[in-house]
Amino acid sequence: MSPLISRGFSGRRDRGPDGRVPPGQYVTLDFPVLSAGPTPHTPLDQWDFSIVGEADEPRRWTWEEFLALPSEEVTVDIHCVTKWSKLDTVWRGVSVDVLLDGAGASAGFISAFCDGGYTTNLPRADVTGGRAWVAYAYDGQPLAPEHGGPARLLVPHLYFWKSAKWVRGLRLLEEDEPGFWERYGYHDRGDPWREQRYQGD
Amino acid sequence: MDAYMLDGNAVAGLLREVFAVEMTTATATCGECGAAGPVGALRVFRGAGIVMRCGRCDAAMVTIAEGDGRMCLGLPGVRMLQIAL
Amino acid sequence: MARAALPGRLSWRVADVVSVVRETPRTATITLDVPGWPGHLPGQHVDVRLTADDGYQAQRGYSIASVGDGTRLDLTVERLDDGEVSPYLTDGVRAGDQLEVRGPVGGWFVWEPALGGPLLLVAGGSGIVPLMAMLRARRAAADHVETRLLASWRGWDDVIYRDELARLAGDGLRVVHTLTRTRPPGWTGYARRVDAEMLAEVGPPPAARPLVYVCGPTPFVEAVAEGLVGLGHDPGAIRTERFGPTGG
Repeated sequence: MSPLISRGFSGRRDRGPDGRVPPGQYVTLDFPVLSAGPTPHTPLDQWDFSIVGEADEPRRWTWEEFLALPSEEVTVDIHCVTKWSKLDTVWRGVSVDVLLDGAGASAGFISAFCDGGYTTNLPRADVTGGRAWVAYAYDGQPLAPEHGGPARLLVPHLYFWKSAKWVRGLRLLEEDEPGFWERYGYHDRGDPWREQRYQGD
Repeated sequence: MDAYMLDGNAVAGLLREVFAVEMTTATATCGECGAAGPVGALRVFRGAGIVMRCGRCDAAMVTIAEGDGRMCLGLPGVRMLQIAL
Repeated sequence: MARAALPGRLSWRVADVVSVVRETPRTATITLDVPGWPGHLPGQHVDVRLTADDGYQAQRGYSIASVGDGTRLDLTVERLDDGEVSPYLTDGVRAGDQLEVRGPVGGWFVWEPALGGPLLLVAGGSGIVPLMAMLRARRAAADHVETRLLASWRGWDDVIYRDELARLAGDGLRVVHTLTRTRPPGWTGYARRVDAEMLAEVGPPPAARPLVYVCGPTPFVEAVAEGLVGLGHDPGAIRTERFGPTGG
């Protein structure tokens, strides 16, 4: 049975300006909180960010060191696989190009790892060339814990489950290794413009 | 404490669509810590998909990714499910 | 569609809206008629699915407030200010409309007279809905099992089922309200959020081994469950239904 249309129901969302929103998505004005687990609360004096794995030498920054890195403010659209999109979101963070800076040149893949155990995998090409950041501020304010603070990965050209909350580092890999949702049903790459939501799409 | 957390009964309808019986009263044993209890008492988190976690050790016991006319059900942390017949 | 015809499979079905009745300024009870309804247990809920013209869908779970045989069921819904579905249900839907529902579901957060007591029911706002189904079942069975209901509200006008609860009280049922923001003149009852002290005063002691049901927003349920465990209640005897950060 095709779903019954509910008289007079429009929801809070709309399809957005032509061409701006990927297929199957609806624009939302709020910012839904979605998490695979409880919000971690790592104190900043215990927080660090690392590049590990197939790297010539691992790198590590404390919170103070991380904030001292060159950062940029970016305005991007974000798209969640649960069908909401949010336009013109403003973030501040450190470009992944700065963090990787030529490390582990033979490693074609990345696995982001996070407090709470969440992981997600990405081709290196999807986090370099100015396409990804580790963001610590949203809309001019320090990133709230419920939205991934102190810092989250931000990869706006892919579905937002790739923008891992509470990120603590990137593991460089020579072979792709599925992360949490990629193991349990979601697509390895997750391009919203090709509606790559689920394994096999 | 997590304000967004729900109980297993929040996904009772979704589970009932694929299982022949009500699943919130089934007993699930955690593969990580061995805790056993009703599926209804597991802690539910809604992310890209749904994750049901052990109340004692927070291990991800069940994952649900639903869409495209199918449901992907992961049981990474379920050692055993006991269902009344 | 083949999926719905498989025996044992539970999927969406069409419900007719019979009536929408305001309960309090922010809540309304929607009576549905669901052809083929198999019946339900006190505490169970349905999932309601709405579809807009452009295909956009939203889904929420609502506890069933009513008990009894037949094809009718009542959902009492609180309108959340920034809600997407609740304002449509409380202020948009009218008799003659149709909704898609899936259920009844939920077998763990259920009480029926055969389970016995004593009972401690703790509600945060619209968390009272499934507990009301339990109290209505208790009355219908003429069951006098010792029952205490502790319900938390912002103010007296927010109390859902206020008159019915006053009529139900007695015959082993004690109803206690706490009003956290405003009180009517002359109010002598509790005037603060539920805490361990209040739970100790209102509830049966742990030694009585009560069955406990707690329902409401997640932070409320967390605080109450922690308070009860701190008083010595058996965690295994406490069943919770969390509504999420704001409400049901």
